[in-house]
Amino acid sequence: MTTATTSTSKVAADTSGGSLRFYGVWLLGIAALIVLPMIFSSGGSLTSFSLIGIAIVFALSYNILLGQTGLLSFGHAVHYGLGGFAACHMMNAVVSHGWPIPLPFIPLFGGLGGLIFAVIIGWVMTKRAGTVFAMISLGIGELVASSSLILRSVFGGESGITTDRTALPKMLGWSFGSQLQVYYLIAFWLVLSTIAMYALTRTPLGRISNAVRDNPERVQFIGYDPHVVRYLAFCFAGFFAGVAGGLAAINFEIANSAYLGAIQSGFVLFSTFIGGTAYFFGPILGAIMVTYLQLGLANLTSAWQLYFGIIFIGIVMFSPGGIAGLLMMHRPLVRAGTLWTVIPSYLVAVVPTLAFACGVILTIETVARYSTGEAINLFGIGFKPTSPITWIAAAVLVVGGAFIARLSWRQIAEAWDRAATIARDRGYVA
Amino acid sequence: MSGAVSDKGAAIEVRAVEKRFGNVGIIRDLNLSVAQGERHAIIGPNGAGKSTTFNLISGHIKPTSGEVRLNGDVISGLRPFEINRRGLSRSFQVTNVFARMTVWENVRCAVLWATGHRYAFWKNVDSLPEVRERTAQILDDIHLTHRRDVPAGLLTYAEQRELEIGITIAGGATVVMLDEPTAGMSHAETDRAVSLIRRLTEGKTLVIVEHDMSVVFGLADRISVLVYGHIIASGTPEEIRRDPKVKEAYLGEEAH
Repeated sequence: MTTATTSTSKVAADTSGGSLRFYGVWLLGIAALIVLPMIFSSGGSLTSFSLIGIAIVFALSYNILLGQTGLLSFGHAVHYGLGGFAACHMMNAVVSHGWPIPLPFIPLFGGLGGLIFAVIIGWVMTKRAGTVFAMISLGIGELVASSSLILRSVFGGESGITTDRTALPKMLGWSFGSQLQVYYLIAFWLVLSTIAMYALTRTPLGRISNAVRDNPERVQFIGYDPHVVRYLAFCFAGFFAGVAGGLAAINFEIANSAYLGAIQSGFVLFSTFIGGTAYFFGPILGAIMVTYLQLGLANLTSAWQLYFGIIFIGIVMFSPGGIAGLLMMHRPLVRAGTLWTVIPSYLVAVVPTLAFACGVILTIETVARYSTGEAINLFGIGFKPTSPITWIAAAVLVVGGAFIARLSWRQIAEAWDRAATIARDRGYVA
Repeated sequence: MSGAVSDKGAAIEVRAVEKRFGNVGIIRDLNLSVAQGERHAIIGPNGAGKSTTFNLISGHIKPTSGEVRLNGDVISGLRPFEINRRGLSRSFQVTNVFARMTVWENVRCAVLWATGHRYAFWKNVDSLPEVRERTAQILDDIHLTHRRDVPAGLLTYAEQRELEIGITIAGGATVVMLDEPTAGMSHAETDRAVSLIRRLTEGKTLVIVEHDMSVVFGLADRISVLVYGHIIASGTPEEIRRDPKVKEAYLGEEAH
């Protein structure tokens, strides 16, 4: 998964070492998925892993649009939600008709739900890229979300459509009553979808999608209709979003209008962008981080969405390549063997940067909890939001931290320039 | 003149083409004929409509009236990719490559349609031998093999211009149109580019817009002179050099 979807075209099979590493990464990922619930076996962590798995499939499907084809969608949750509803209806139909379809096949119908809507709506939507596409996707998103509350027979109104996953025919003795079995079902579809979406990036269509992203005008002069390319990419993205929605429907045993709303669309945009759109594995990192933060932060603070906003703005401004971009920046340095010259400046920067971050957190929490007077617990230290001592501490940390942190960041930049120049001279650009 | 003249007639035939933007006529009664296998240069002062002519022929913009034929078939009104699939390929005056993709990917994308892989999403693009061979061949032709894994946006200007030519010819088009391929190049780079163009368009029809007169007179079999959206003369380099209208309208202007 270290191969960039954009730049490096190194055929993995070129060298046996490269192919070994390539398959090694995949096998390691699969092994981790199998072993994880054995290490963290509490119900809470199983639920978290399940949600993260769903979020990864969803974010990867979104990156087919954003990262690979250059389409910014504000309504991707439509396909996720419709996939969820399709899966719920299918599960109920299987139960009431007694069809011999076990639960593990249900996400496929979720995918079909997302795909069919994409096939119908996509041709008009993908006629143009850029702002036009973004605006239409926003409109379609709102349209479907509000329709879901009106069309009660299909969407079940406010309460949504409920289902019982254990009522489906068993497969290999698995009834999927426990969260552990659901986790493995999600993990199975996660692996399947990830492989499929990765393979898609390495097909003629996948490469031409990149070309459409970079330069839709020029694509027309090498024989391709960018509209068709965008449409096909849109259909694939819709299918895999539907698979994710189907998995969510299995996990929660319900599909409701929240599945296809703007919040869900924003969530997937967040995850994908924070993770990084330029590399295939970026959205995986983003989905893990955002889902984990969402689950963790929501328990800690009522202002958790504010932190999300800050993280998102920080990434957009300082690291448009996301986490993956930050990581991959280091690849030429690792290859050229100059990474060690940068590490000390990183270590120096850790303390002031953390101090600055603590100051920001303390400020936000003081404001958020001022009226309730609820105490703030920051790394074991208690602060009273009404106490001037807290305010002074926050101010000192923010101002002092920012001042020293800026100096240390400048050190990093200088160390970076030196290391990158050496790497470039040695012929490592990426 | 090189290349055999096919019984289909002219490679490109532009008949009475007009292009208006609002009330402004950019191209007026344009007539142009390029024979099969000919190297045809279009020259003219700035703003004469040379790039517009390219855009009209390649389908980038549609003519207001008149028709364009490619190998005898009417192509005016077709979309650019439809015209490209019929064997006409063009480059751009402003470098127009896929900046975030590598040199290898750039050329390979330009090979995919012609090798019949189109929108395939069931084939591994790395395991298509004919695509790989053709891409490698073109990279070799444009001398960029050593830069194959560099993102196109990081190439030098001259390299980007060479890549531009590589992308243009990669699909195996029989009619190649190059819009100022040597613009902004040094003398040495220009010489290199000209010999590259000469070699890569061997046996093909070439239409070229160029400001560098040494390139034009060295490369072209025939020259058309475009002034204010109208072709005032068309002929061999010798004829053009002697043509009094051309001297007055164009070469005279350039001389001072």
